Amino acid sequence: MISLKDKVIYVTGASRGIGEAVAVLCAELGAEVILHASAESSLEAVKAEIEGITGTTPLCFAYECSEPAHIKEAFGAIKKHYGRLDAAVLNAGVMMTGMLGMIQEQHMERVLRVNLFSTIEHLQYAARVMRSANTGSIVCLGSIIGERGAAGATVYSASKAGVRGAALSAAKELAGSGIRVNVVAPGYIDTDLNAQHTPQQKAQYLERIPFGRMGEAKEVAALIAFLVSDASSYITAQVIGVDGGMTT
Amino acid sequence: MKNLEKVRLVFSETLKLPPDRIVDDLAYNSVQEWDSVAHMALVAALEEAFDFMFEIDDVLEMSSFAKAQEILKKYGVE
Repeated sequence: MISLKDKVIYVTGASRGIGEAVAVLCAELGAEVILHASAESSLEAVKAEIEGITGTTPLCFAYECSEPAHIKEAFGAIKKHYGRLDAAVLNAGVMMTGMLGMIQEQHMERVLRVNLFSTIEHLQYAARVMRSANTGSIVCLGSIIGERGAAGATVYSASKAGVRGAALSAAKELAGSGIRVNVVAPGYIDTDLNAQHTPQQKAQYLERIPFGRMGEAKEVAALIAFLVSDASSYITAQVIGVDGGMTT
Repeated sequence: MKNLEKVRLVFSETLKLPPDRIVDDLAYNSVQEWDSVAHMALVAALEEAFDFMFEIDDVLEMSSFAKAQEILKKYGVE
């Protein structure tokens, strides 16, 4: 069993889906989890669940990822509160779809701002807090769509492919400071993000998955818990799929 | 120790240069010890020593020891 005892781990987009599963699993494994969501009210359920596991109230931040000043404030507060940050799971993102000929500029700006720019900004600040300790692990959430593309997801796939490139470059730059950066690329996972799919769309996706089923958020969380733990101390600059064989 | 001396010490230890070489004219990329990698280490060391976080613009503008002192005043270090 992996131990995350006493590790300080920041999870963005922690109110639901993969982020929530990561936060809860890390708390179960002994970590001091810090939660982020765009609205504090959306964190109530996961906050209560973590209180039930650890007996303490986790530090929470509510801000829009499109606001860089708030990102800096959050990392400043984490540094002040804990004096360090052992790991960051950069999961916050938006999924907006649209056929190529129907993509508006606002759509591109929103998706790239939240999914890509914000990930880079979080990487910058996380690395700055971790650098003084010469150790740390950052996990960025990519997507199989960023790896392989998908009809109707031109902007989303561009944003996630960008996350992949940014993370791999950051990994090379930060290796000398003992900071690891990896990308987890989920496939078709049973979360709210995919809840709007029609039964026909769902069937089409399932046909392409050798396992023949959707993944669960906790299956993605298990890999992330490993990557933020010391058990993965020699793993950096990797993109690892959790997709039931979809990419094979 | 006065803050100026503490800043000088942080520069000296991070850039691995003797304290007498940490003068106002010492500029980023003017010596091999102060390259982009060392610059980021310097940022981390100053943040650690004085417990604050730089704005990104200030990280980019910290182009000399003199400029660093000027920027640090914004964060109450003088």
